[in-house]
Amino acid sequence: MSLITTLARLEAVATGRAQPSATVRHRHLSAHPLVFVPLTTAGEAGAPLGALVGTDRDAPRLLVVPQPRDRDLRFTFLAELADVVLPYIDAYAASVEAAERTETDPETGKRVKVEVELCADAPQLIVPSRAGLDFVRLLGRSMRFRRTAEQDPEAPYPAPPRVPLLGRWLTHYGERARVPGSSLLLALTDLLSRHWATGQSSLEDQHLGALLAWIDPPRDTSGAEAARRAELARDAAGQLLCPPAGPATDPAFDNKLLAPAIERYDRARSALAAAEDALAADDRLAALTAAEREIRDLVASRTRPTWDAVWRGLDLLRTLPEGARTEERWTRDRWSFTGHRDRVLAGEPPQPRRDDAVTAANKLATREREQARLEAQEALDDPLVMAGRRLAGEAFAGEVTEVVLAYSEGRRPSPRPLVTVRTDDRPHLAEGARVYRSLGGRPQSAEFVGYDGEDGLVLRILDKMGRGKEPEPGSVPEKGDGVCFTLFEHEQRGGAKLPDPEETPWTHGGPPGEAVPEAPDTVTEEDAL
Amino acid sequence: MTTVDLDPGAAAARATEAILHDTLHGTARGVVVDSPPGAGKSTLVVRAALELAEAGRPLMVVAQTNAQVDDLVLRLAEKNPDLPVGRLHSSDSDPYDKALEDLPQVRTSAKAADLNGLPVVLSTAAKWAHVKVDEPWRHAIVDEAYQMRSDSLLAVAGLFERALFVGDPGQLDPFAIVGSEQWAGLSHDPSASAVTTLLAHNPGLPQHRLPVSWRLPASAAPLVSDAFYPYTPFRSGTGPGDRRLTFAVPSDGSGPDQVIDEAAESGWGLLELPARHTPRTDPEAVRAVATVVRRLLDRGGAATSERPAAPTPLTADRVAVGTAHRDQAAAVRTALAELGITDVTVDTANRLQGREYDVTVVLHPLSGRPDATAFHLETGRLCVLASRHRHACIVVCRAGVADLLDDYPSTEPVQLGTLVKFPDGWEANHAVLAHLAEHRVTWRA
Repeated sequence: MSLITTLARLEAVATGRAQPSATVRHRHLSAHPLVFVPLTTAGEAGAPLGALVGTDRDAPRLLVVPQPRDRDLRFTFLAELADVVLPYIDAYAASVEAAERTETDPETGKRVKVEVELCADAPQLIVPSRAGLDFVRLLGRSMRFRRTAEQDPEAPYPAPPRVPLLGRWLTHYGERARVPGSSLLLALTDLLSRHWATGQSSLEDQHLGALLAWIDPPRDTSGAEAARRAELARDAAGQLLCPPAGPATDPAFDNKLLAPAIERYDRARSALAAAEDALAADDRLAALTAAEREIRDLVASRTRPTWDAVWRGLDLLRTLPEGARTEERWTRDRWSFTGHRDRVLAGEPPQPRRDDAVTAANKLATREREQARLEAQEALDDPLVMAGRRLAGEAFAGEVTEVVLAYSEGRRPSPRPLVTVRTDDRPHLAEGARVYRSLGGRPQSAEFVGYDGEDGLVLRILDKMGRGKEPEPGSVPEKGDGVCFTLFEHEQRGGAKLPDPEETPWTHGGPPGEAVPEAPDTVTEEDAL
Repeated sequence: MTTVDLDPGAAAARATEAILHDTLHGTARGVVVDSPPGAGKSTLVVRAALELAEAGRPLMVVAQTNAQVDDLVLRLAEKNPDLPVGRLHSSDSDPYDKALEDLPQVRTSAKAADLNGLPVVLSTAAKWAHVKVDEPWRHAIVDEAYQMRSDSLLAVAGLFERALFVGDPGQLDPFAIVGSEQWAGLSHDPSASAVTTLLAHNPGLPQHRLPVSWRLPASAAPLVSDAFYPYTPFRSGTGPGDRRLTFAVPSDGSGPDQVIDEAAESGWGLLELPARHTPRTDPEAVRAVATVVRRLLDRGGAATSERPAAPTPLTADRVAVGTAHRDQAAAVRTALAELGITDVTVDTANRLQGREYDVTVVLHPLSGRPDATAFHLETGRLCVLASRHRHACIVVCRAGVADLLDDYPSTEPVQLGTLVKFPDGWEANHAVLAHLAEHRVTWRA
């Protein structure tokens, strides 16, 4: 934890309210995000119990699996989920703008510009917590290798038509969420704790109710008190007043309310199956419907508070203006979305179960590059984040006290002005270290030459001064200017190109051989409980 | 065991012969050499490079940092001034050591094509990754292979047919700045070390081990070997009386002087400050480190070792300070500057890897911490810090680290399919602490 975060958390404890740790919003928020609040069944990985899903905060769609272990009911749930999510995605996939991309020409091997489509906007998925992200991945993994009756008439349990496609999209979103700074799929607790520092641990911050209690406590209550209430307070029946944001449910709810309700549902179902005449069946169907209604009400009662909390959190985030470089990162998300749309349209198979060596290395390289980019961009967008970097000795701000025009040696001397900056910051500078400042959005680099007294740093400006003998106007700071230099680079270089997967070297197992379509998951006994 | 009776020089020579034989005449595409700290890894790399060049096999050498590459170029030039050597470098400004320019046989270039036909070409893994060739090199040497990440080997492995991989398995593992749990357990996990991936795919490759540490004194080798290399023990090349550290100025009785004398006598010293939770840049501990260094230099130290036989004065360039974090290193540098010392190396464990000094002063990674995270418990970090010295190592630490370790046993999740690394940091830390406790000087700064 950085010093400034520690400080903010201490302040939060002292004041009883979360303290801002950002002055702008560092993630893109869609105007119409799709919020997804799933619940899962205890002790049964990947068995959804229900969900609230939708783009309208006043009209969420409630999906429920009254008997989570019944695979037909589970498929019904997934098909209904696909009916909500896929049309939302399709709406964005259809609206495109023209864009350019550099590609390697397969014939000449040269880098050429090609005209391609870029989706004008991308669908954004919001889940309440980090566990929700994992659940999205799990759902994606469980669906994308399913076969529909159309794909494989022999499949023992064919999936409803659009379920495998939903699995592929959720997998793509789950993978994209691992890229630092991406906004296609976001966990609200991550978003909120990026922008506010509470007086509790980061582990406790993963409780959405407690986190919101710190950020926006009810009147006359301290954040700590409100957070404690959100975590622990129970009603007379022993149920939590603020249900966990899921997907896991509270054991007291499982044992006291859900299990008996599911048992009643099971009994009603057996009774209906055993009905001997139409009249009895009618009565028993009514009983079954009532039992199902009861479970629906229970699921709604545990998801609705979270649903409202998510929208409230989004409202809080929207009070912050968007960071200047957020849009650029969102454009990368749009490319990612468009790329997957094109792969689906081109009929490519679902994402493989495991990444091959080259794919894994490429993903890791991309994510490391994006992490460095995110850290630099957040600091450049936000003085409060920059203050943290300054406190850590990774940047410094101050006033220019002297500018001496000097020139490089060599045949054509170029300007290399020496600039003295007075600062109270204590950057960790070694002699000859590079520092950077933002000049009209582009990084200008300078070299640390030495100290001038207690608080003076002498820098030699190295570039962005034009081609002439005299530096271009405005390209060199003037006496009295306030400047801010960073020790970290503002832009990330692309890494080296890795070999194609067909050319995987012997150290990494050699070429993978002819690609075979992945087999669907085999049916196990647990599938047919 | 017969090898124990063998003279260390003979044992080391035998291991080197076997390695060179497998490299020059073996049939396997790769040879892996594990080398404990100071076991003559660079000497081996230089020797193998010279012999491969002599055998007429075009050789590329992959190291991890520019400093390592320059160091190897200089060593090669020292051993064989007639051998033409290529130094491939980046196009940044000041990309290599200026000392290379005085060597007529060394050709430097940022383009691999300019160095075509030279018997040996050296560069960093990062630079090699950008090189494209039609015809791969017959042979490669990969130095510090345990510090190289699997994905960076993937980028360069297409450049060579066969390779010698040399490294120290006990030092810091390579790391990624983003999570990589998703690939844990895959044989080609891109965040694993290059050797892990190499051996997972080619389990039959010959593996060798250098059995003797020439750097570590007889007082340090057994501890480092037991704590960090429990299954692949090594020993010191020198005996108990071969290295001596003496001081002209007698102790003034203060804590720093007492711990210096203890370390001079036994090879280890622990300067223990009162237990306290502190920020990372604990001002008292930082001042204690600086004071110890000041006294080390002021007391006219002289180091006697097997090479050369006459005592050499303990000067600032023979002393280093090691820390876990960069801000701690910066704080120590500031504190040293206040005491008038500017030429003692102060760096983090990551940057001290591969370096050697007569005396090291270490700020214990867990000193003053309220918790023990995986970063601070990492075996390699402590191993690097405790194995840089030829004579003595002085550790500065707050009391209570043993209790801290007991309060925070390792809790890293076990990943299916990954090799569990032994020893874990918890155990290694306890082993080192138990040994240091015998050389403890308590001091209230």
